Amino acid sequence: MSKFGFILYLQSLGFIVFGLLLMACQPREQPPVEAWEPPTLSQIRGEQVAELTAPPEVPPAIDRDHPTKLIVNLEVQEKVMRMADGVDYTFWTFGGTVPGSFIRVRHGDLVEFHLANRSDSKVPHNIDLHAVTGPGGGAVSSFTPPGKETVFSFQALNPGLYIYHCATAPVGMHIANGMYGLILVEPEEGLPPVDREYYVVQGDFYTRGAYGDPGLQPFDMDKALKEQPDYVVFNGSVGALTGDKSLPAKKGETLRLYVGNGGPNLVSSFHVIGEIFDTVWIEGGNATNHNVQTTLVPAGGAAIVDFKVDVPGEFIIVDHSIFRAFNKGALGKIEVQGSEEEIIYSGKQRETVYLAEGSTSQSMPEGEPVEKPVLTAAQRIEQGKHVYKNNCAACHMPDGTGVPNAFPPVAASDYMNADVERSILAVARGLEGEIEVNGKTYNNVMPRLNLSQDDIANVLSYLYSTWGNNGTEVTPEMVRDALE
Amino acid sequence: MVMISGGEYVPLYGNREQPVQVAPFRLDVYPVTNAEFLTFVRDHKRWQKGQVPQLFADQKYLIHWQGDLDTGGLAPDDAPVSNVSWFAAKAYCQSKAKRLPTLGEWEFVARANETEVAAADEDGFNKLILNWYGIPTRLPLPNVGHSFRNVWGVWDMHGLVWEWVMDFNAVMMTGESRKDASGLDSQLFCAAGAIGSADPNDYAAFMRYAMRGSVQASYSGQNMGFRCAQDIAE
Repeated sequence: MSKFGFILYLQSLGFIVFGLLLMACQPREQPPVEAWEPPTLSQIRGEQVAELTAPPEVPPAIDRDHPTKLIVNLEVQEKVMRMADGVDYTFWTFGGTVPGSFIRVRHGDLVEFHLANRSDSKVPHNIDLHAVTGPGGGAVSSFTPPGKETVFSFQALNPGLYIYHCATAPVGMHIANGMYGLILVEPEEGLPPVDREYYVVQGDFYTRGAYGDPGLQPFDMDKALKEQPDYVVFNGSVGALTGDKSLPAKKGETLRLYVGNGGPNLVSSFHVIGEIFDTVWIEGGNATNHNVQTTLVPAGGAAIVDFKVDVPGEFIIVDHSIFRAFNKGALGKIEVQGSEEEIIYSGKQRETVYLAEGSTSQSMPEGEPVEKPVLTAAQRIEQGKHVYKNNCAACHMPDGTGVPNAFPPVAASDYMNADVERSILAVARGLEGEIEVNGKTYNNVMPRLNLSQDDIANVLSYLYSTWGNNGTEVTPEMVRDALE
Repeated sequence: MVMISGGEYVPLYGNREQPVQVAPFRLDVYPVTNAEFLTFVRDHKRWQKGQVPQLFADQKYLIHWQGDLDTGGLAPDDAPVSNVSWFAAKAYCQSKAKRLPTLGEWEFVARANETEVAAADEDGFNKLILNWYGIPTRLPLPNVGHSFRNVWGVWDMHGLVWEWVMDFNAVMMTGESRKDASGLDSQLFCAAGAIGSADPNDYAAFMRYAMRGSVQASYSGQNMGFRCAQDIAE
């Protein structure tokens, strides 16, 4: 029940550099905490229905200067939705989305919570809001069979950002099916204004088939118990925040992300590539930290992160437990529009040959030059397979299917089959910008790989020989010709 | 009906040292169908949806039927009747000189798959049940005889509808927890649900207990049907 110290912390922002130095030798001064008493019934004025939003949107900041009776209407829906391209899942949702609808209340509000469960639901549901002070966080009072609605009330005694989730047995399965979302209890004085606010929640999913296996995938309890998810995603599906669903922003704006982690199992190493969080409300509570690269968001926890986007470009949101990002779907994107700010970030200025051992190492060793054997097509393919495994599979996947919206497939790839020389150049020099592969648009960067002309020939021969590609054999001569 | 010769088993909220005894009884092969229930309400006017007191059935009682004596397209003759309250189910069984099965009887029979009396430990069996629990149901429901016939000769114990049992709301009030008046609710939520359960991995059973614990006797839901049982005459 302590009052937020947002303002005081922000005032200290300017002194942060000196503060860091001083903190080492003297204890940090605590901001004074005023006693906060929950409003009495007579102080709670008026009544209104809360505006809820689907992710990634956030309801507008509260402009009331007094507590009110706030009515929240939330409907549980069990529904089939997309988990990834070609993969469906029966999600259990609060409000029809994963995460569920964003709820925004004011510190001290009296919240009258209506939880409805649709008639076609198979099972009863309830809600445990971590913002609730009371047994079960509301779970017991909101236990609702299919076709019913329950009502309970609570007073929002503690400001902060909180997870809510279903807590009906078996709890793990309800959460694993997507039953979580965020409720913000805004401090009385509000949060510092920003230009844009977004709603991002991570979750892990456990399916019968492996990542990308097509069709309607059922929940896999064994994998859930072992905590080995097939999918780790932001906002309920692979690609929910990429492509045309990337979060837009303009250069110079301040952004605030309300970040949650529904779990059920994994703890998130939340990070935005190429940004530093100016302010983090750690764990969604009062304490703020500044200049943070990666903030930990526990399962069943949250954090508020603010940052200014100083330069244009794409900023990738990841769980920096990084295999989850590149192999299980935990990728999102912020697209910042605007003109370049080269004083802040120059882009690549030059690329020169790096002579690590000095020029002497360039001379040939004494003796006869070793003649390289000419490989047969089969040998080339075999060697290329290893080149692929070691250099390419991390992004394009061991089966060549790529990662939706991030890395194009090299299996049955119309892009590759249409133009061999273009493929050679892509591997030899890297590739940047928008391309279309099998009807899908990709806009990403493939780095230039440090491969010999032989390796390039081999890996491409391998790729063309497999996974439904057109069988072209690529020789080192073709690579050399292409590069000239 | 088929004969269930009885036996013993450990329920979800039970003690492995003290299995529950189930005496022999008879059980309907299929859940009660719309056609059968229509005959019943024709003969027992007070259970028609326009007549039934709200105390005994909520507003959703037979809501998918077209009229008092008209089942309509959402309630095919051979599909299980649903949107029926516990009171109505109980009255139906009584009209046939039968009764609702007890929770213990129902759960005992529900443990069987096509070949085993006790298949609950078999991996595939639990997954099959969980799959059904995981998917929302649209009307009309499939006809009875939809999922599988278990080793007792009983159809559709899983995969068609939830089923009323006589003591549906006694879920948490068995054995030593009988004294714990608040146990009914609190044990269902969060980690408490796992405390005292014989098998915390039996997600399918958790879901049945949660479903039963969530409803009142007047509840009428589109996934909730029933079948009848009968004592063996001495």
